[in-house]
Amino acid sequence: MSAPGKVGFSKAVYTRPRSLVDVKSHFCPGCHHGTIHKIVAECIDRYGLREKTIGVACVGCSVFLYDYIDVDVVESPHGRAPAVATGVKRAQPDKFVFTYQGDGDLAAIGTSEIIHAANRGENLSVIFVNNTTYGMTGGQMAPTTMLGQKTSTTPYGRDFRGDGYPIRMAELLAGLEGTAYSARVAVSTPAQIRKAKESVRKAFEMQIGGMGFSIVEFLSTCPTNWGMKPLDAQKRVLGEMSEYFPPGVFKERKQADFA
Amino acid sequence: MQVYRTASHERSRLSEAAQPKGERITATGRIEIDFERCKACELCVPACPKDCIGMGAAVNRQGYASAVFERPDDCTGCAICAETCPDACILVWR
Ligand SMILES: Cc1ncc(C[n+]2csc(CCOP(=O)(O)OP(=O)(O)O)c2C)c(N)n1
Ligand code: SF4
Ligand code: SF4
Ligand code: SF4
Ligand SMILES: [Mg+2]
Repeated sequence: MSAPGKVGFSKAVYTRPRSLVDVKSHFCPGCHHGTIHKIVAECIDRYGLREKTIGVACVGCSVFLYDYIDVDVVESPHGRAPAVATGVKRAQPDKFVFTYQGDGDLAAIGTSEIIHAANRGENLSVIFVNNTTYGMTGGQMAPTTMLGQKTSTTPYGRDFRGDGYPIRMAELLAGLEGTAYSARVAVSTPAQIRKAKESVRKAFEMQIGGMGFSIVEFLSTCPTNWGMKPLDAQKRVLGEMSEYFPPGVFKERKQADFA
Repeated sequence: MQVYRTASHERSRLSEAAQPKGERITATGRIEIDFERCKACELCVPACPKDCIGMGAAVNRQGYASAVFERPDDCTGCAICAETCPDACILVWR
């Protein structure tokens, strides 16, 4: 294979993204939060944004965002990341601002904040991690929990009579005029990981181009609270979760509203 | 003459099978799995299109039996395993 004199394997084709701090994470084995952090870090590197990014962390398993992504991070109260990010971006419009939020955070306690940030067309990017549960606190029902899913607060499975239906945030937010980009992705196969990166790049480009609010919803796993092995958890994402929460792009604005 | 080369990465321990043995190189890539960082989630195992990765027996300081680069001869350096690993434990060379 290698020509005489040429020594193989000297070209690094995959290294840790520069913006991903070289430390061990606290995430459970196989948890997709790690994969999603990696994708965010890669996209920050891609656009050379590390020095001008301000992240806004939420409450949940991704609360330690500031330990893992090598940018300035503000910690926000539960669900309030879009409100905090609004303040940061308005005060420093030249900075790149993103929030990273779980489904309990974004779709339950912070419903009001996310809807109004999107509706106002705030020029910021949201990374939304939907793992159909409150991961950090031990697997309670979230608004995204699937019908029939057993959680610590729905021990007989989620029943729409009383618990309502799983909420499709990417579609809901796509319906708001202020939203420039809304997509749902997954990271359970190598092809999906590539697609997810494309979507995060698009979302980042929206903000860079001053197009308005962008959100990428990730179908993620929580092997620990689902009581599944990581590989089985991925199968659940590819199966019932993708059926109810179809991956896709629900809105993509072509022209800047705010010039 | 074919030459083996082990890229050095201070935190990595290559599996036994991945050590140079002096046979001809058939691989077009090489990976290193960070033994201490791996959480044995097994996601990289079915992700590799060449079935190069397996689960080992040696337990790291976190208490996990780390993945190992078992069949290095078939590696193409495609980096799919590295993209898949949630803990960014895999480095790839070509
Ligand atoms: C105001 C407030 N209410 C409740 C909590 C408790 N709490 C911490 S994390 C969490 C749920 C997080 O779930 P999610 O946003 O889905 O994140 P995940 O851990 O699943 O990634 C809750 C309810 C809190 N910290 N603050
Ligand atoms: S509890 Fe769930 S979401 Fe939290 S780190 Fe563990 S697997 Fe990930
Ligand atoms: S680089 Fe590609 S071929 Fe080599 S071990 Fe990783 S996935 Fe397999
Ligand atoms: S994907 Fe990463 S953490 Fe999981 S078994 Fe493979 S090397 Fe270890
Ligand atoms: Mg959650």
